[in-house]
Amino acid sequence: MESISQMTVADALDALEGGACRSEELVDALLRKIDAVDGVLGAYVSVDREGAREAARAADRARAAGDRRPLLGVPIAVKDVLNVRGQPCSCASRILHGYVSPYDATAVARLREAGAVFLGRTNMDEFAMGSTNENSSVGLTRNPWDTDCVPGGSSGGSAAAVAAGEALAALGSDTGGSIRLPASFCGCVGLKPTYGRVSRYGLVAFASSLDQVGPLTRTVRDAALLFACIAGRDPLDATSLDAPVPPACAGLTEDLKGTTLGLPAEYFVDGMDEDVRRSVMQAVACCQDLGAEVREVSLPHTRYAVATYYVIAPAEASANLARFDGVRYGFRAEGAADPIDMYGKTRAAGFGPEVKRRIILGTYVLSSGYYDAYYLSAQKVRTLIRRDFEEVFAECDALLAPACPSAAYRIGERVDDPLRMYLGDICTVTANLAGICGLSVPCGLTGSGLPVGLQILGPALEEPKILRVGHAYERARGPFGPPPALDGIRRKTAQTQ
Amino acid sequence: MNDSDTTTYRATIGLEVHIQLDTASKLFCGCSTSFGAEPNTHVCPVCLGYPGAMPCLNEEAVRLTVRMGMMVGSEISRYSKWDRKSYFYPDMPKNYQISQYDRPLCVGGAVELGEGASARTVRLVRIHLEEDVGKSMHFDTTSGVDFNRAGTPLMEVVTEPDMESPQEAYDFLQALKRIASYAGVSQCNLEEGNLRCDVNCSVRPAGRERLGTKTEIKNMNTFRGVFAALEHEIARQTDVLNSGAEVGQETRRWDPDAGATFPMRTKEEAHDYRYFPEPDLMPVVLAPEQVDAWRATLPEAPDARRRRLESQYGLPAYDAGVLAGERALADYFEAAAQASDNPKAVSNWVMTEVLRTVAESGCAVGELRVTPEALAGLVRLIDGKRINTTTAKEVFAILCAHGGDPAAIVEERGLAQVSDSGAIEALVEQAMAEHPKSVSDFRSGKSAAAKFLVGQVMRLSRGKADPQLVARLLDSKLSGEKEA
Repeated sequence: MESISQMTVADALDALEGGACRSEELVDALLRKIDAVDGVLGAYVSVDREGAREAARAADRARAAGDRRPLLGVPIAVKDVLNVRGQPCSCASRILHGYVSPYDATAVARLREAGAVFLGRTNMDEFAMGSTNENSSVGLTRNPWDTDCVPGGSSGGSAAAVAAGEALAALGSDTGGSIRLPASFCGCVGLKPTYGRVSRYGLVAFASSLDQVGPLTRTVRDAALLFACIAGRDPLDATSLDAPVPPACAGLTEDLKGTTLGLPAEYFVDGMDEDVRRSVMQAVACCQDLGAEVREVSLPHTRYAVATYYVIAPAEASANLARFDGVRYGFRAEGAADPIDMYGKTRAAGFGPEVKRRIILGTYVLSSGYYDAYYLSAQKVRTLIRRDFEEVFAECDALLAPACPSAAYRIGERVDDPLRMYLGDICTVTANLAGICGLSVPCGLTGSGLPVGLQILGPALEEPKILRVGHAYERARGPFGPPPALDGIRRKTAQTQ
Repeated sequence: MNDSDTTTYRATIGLEVHIQLDTASKLFCGCSTSFGAEPNTHVCPVCLGYPGAMPCLNEEAVRLTVRMGMMVGSEISRYSKWDRKSYFYPDMPKNYQISQYDRPLCVGGAVELGEGASARTVRLVRIHLEEDVGKSMHFDTTSGVDFNRAGTPLMEVVTEPDMESPQEAYDFLQALKRIASYAGVSQCNLEEGNLRCDVNCSVRPAGRERLGTKTEIKNMNTFRGVFAALEHEIARQTDVLNSGAEVGQETRRWDPDAGATFPMRTKEEAHDYRYFPEPDLMPVVLAPEQVDAWRATLPEAPDARRRRLESQYGLPAYDAGVLAGERALADYFEAAAQASDNPKAVSNWVMTEVLRTVAESGCAVGELRVTPEALAGLVRLIDGKRINTTTAKEVFAILCAHGGDPAAIVEERGLAQVSDSGAIEALVEQAMAEHPKSVSDFRSGKSAAAKFLVGQVMRLSRGKADPQLVARLLDSKLSGEKEA
């Protein structure tokens, strides 16, 4: 069943439609794969075996009865930050222990409507705060390409599950790179849509003005398929954009003739990994071969992006996470003398150190007397960063850059150095600050066999443009994965069982 | 101390009034705003602050707030926005309140109090829109929170410190309530907590310009309570100053049973609310055409209506004040007055019988079975001497119970006034014959006895006799026979 678990969504739909397999078989194959590798990888927080099987059988019956919904019977994993009705949603935090969602997030509801089958919930950095999945209260996730390395974060569970064949595709969320960075580290495709393109309703908020829901998949075409299902105006999210969503694979072509791609100098930072630079530049050359015109461009305010991000995101997070107080749901500490004491004890025991760090940081920058110096200034810089992009997009269709200056970090390598950890976000936070769309596509391996991600950035609402570039490049690049280390994991798991 | 005991002090008062808007659903979700349901039955992920839930603006609440602003002459903001106000409290689902910090929907405006020499203008700083919190409930050993009220739309009216006495604060609240009620923006039901206010108050020696240190009394929910709390607080601050001490800037709580204000625990005050723009909602941008369209539907303001009732219907100021006090009452009066040529008589009926009926039946003026046209008809019957006042009250009672047309009722029930002097003369004679003692009393100078005899004639006519005619005939009979 290796072949099934390494299928793309498009392959699976062909197989289901052609009668080569049933949805239930897909689910069973994936469950076996999860049994085989997830004890080591830790990509899932929970797996809904019976629910998934039942939904798969229902999808098989529906297909037999002529139902042709776009994702009918396709098993998909969902990051533990999105509400799925009747399932726990913990955000990998102790503080949401025992909480069961009474409702579907809009992105989940739309996938459900499209016929998708929900396999389980994927691991993440607590409340999506982190770049490595080491900040999870249920234990870290390992990179399927090298189990001594992190999968990236915060959608690390979704990326690892897709890379390891534990899911055909997954939903993630991206606040400062949380889809693109783990996609890059795990060798899969990750799309961060334009801010407002996908409804945030039901996505547990980290930083509301930056958060976006998006897919992690094996191919660009699959990302386009899922994106088309989840995108579009939602009356439940006042910030969702009222713009038409083009058909899934509109404009996916084999070449890049007539396309102008910019190469922003600021993203090729000093100290970036040479293997990463080489892989990305090879991909750039490949795009040129496909007919794209490539020119160097500059986004001068990039150097302020990380600082700006780490003012705005924690500020919003400090308010967003205030609701986790033990009053209405989730974990409540025992033995409190009064409500204030209960908040203190509950939040002290319920949140992990990185979440606390950001709540304190955010509370500080919003405090009376500091607001102007931090939050207001950050918003002004944000405007400058957005203008940088507007200027270069006047002359380029899309930008090419690394998704991260390095490949996957070793586990534990950066946990004690938050500042160095934050600097790894340099290539991704800008898209969130500017509200534009971005895509990460695997573009090679480092000398030590770790995947490298090519990031393609496009203007707001121009997802078809970056999907087109990614798709053409991916076709020219050829097959990528599966991770060779998986065999070792399976052997190790078999021995310990 | 020197002459402190003879120092006179001036109070300065400002109010922050929260008025619950009359919308069917909450400010940011579709839950009902109806009062009195079982705890936590009008709730959803949004108003419970569940993870991932997002607010979705109820535009009716914006319209009602703007309408209030127009009623008091505020400038309506073309651009306003939402902000998060952060503080932890168990009744606050998200531990931040969605409110408006620096760009409220309405800026400025004023409410006029009184007339002539005692007239005063209370300027408004702003009116903004925000969501209400839940309600904490305390049991023997546990506490609970009812979130039915959480997310209910409130507009907050903030005044300048333009009031100087408890009475002015009281009058302001009455006037504000009248305006909100006129505009139909709130049900203004005080028992259901539709109007609540925070009271800011300071005291300073007369003649000194700089204001004294103020205290804030939180969460007042009756106008009488505001009055009493202010009386107490002004006296308390005056005592503090007289003793040579300083008034501390603090938040206080009114205890109606103790009849005094007490400082709140410091944990309940001294907040840094850490306001910042609400990223989950778009700013409110009002097109001028939209604002104009709303303005076109504004009702007349209570003060303007009071003045117009005086001039248009020639009513005394007192009548106009009573009638204009409630929009429905004024509407009722005007409908009746326009169908009548005796507005003063209509006013008398509205202020007495109609208001009494409303008070006794508990139904609204607009729900009365006696229509304004019927009341006008009744007044016409009296003026045309078709019925006397006693009969009119009887007919009014029938109208209240069954509705209908007064002329038809008088006809059907044979209640028309007897103005036939022959018939009345016979009754006069009968009464005199039955009460010879009264006749002799009268003749011996006790003029009060005549009143008794009029009453007897009326009784014999079963109330239908024209009382003036009865009095005249009786008078001439008694005097005539005396002379004779």
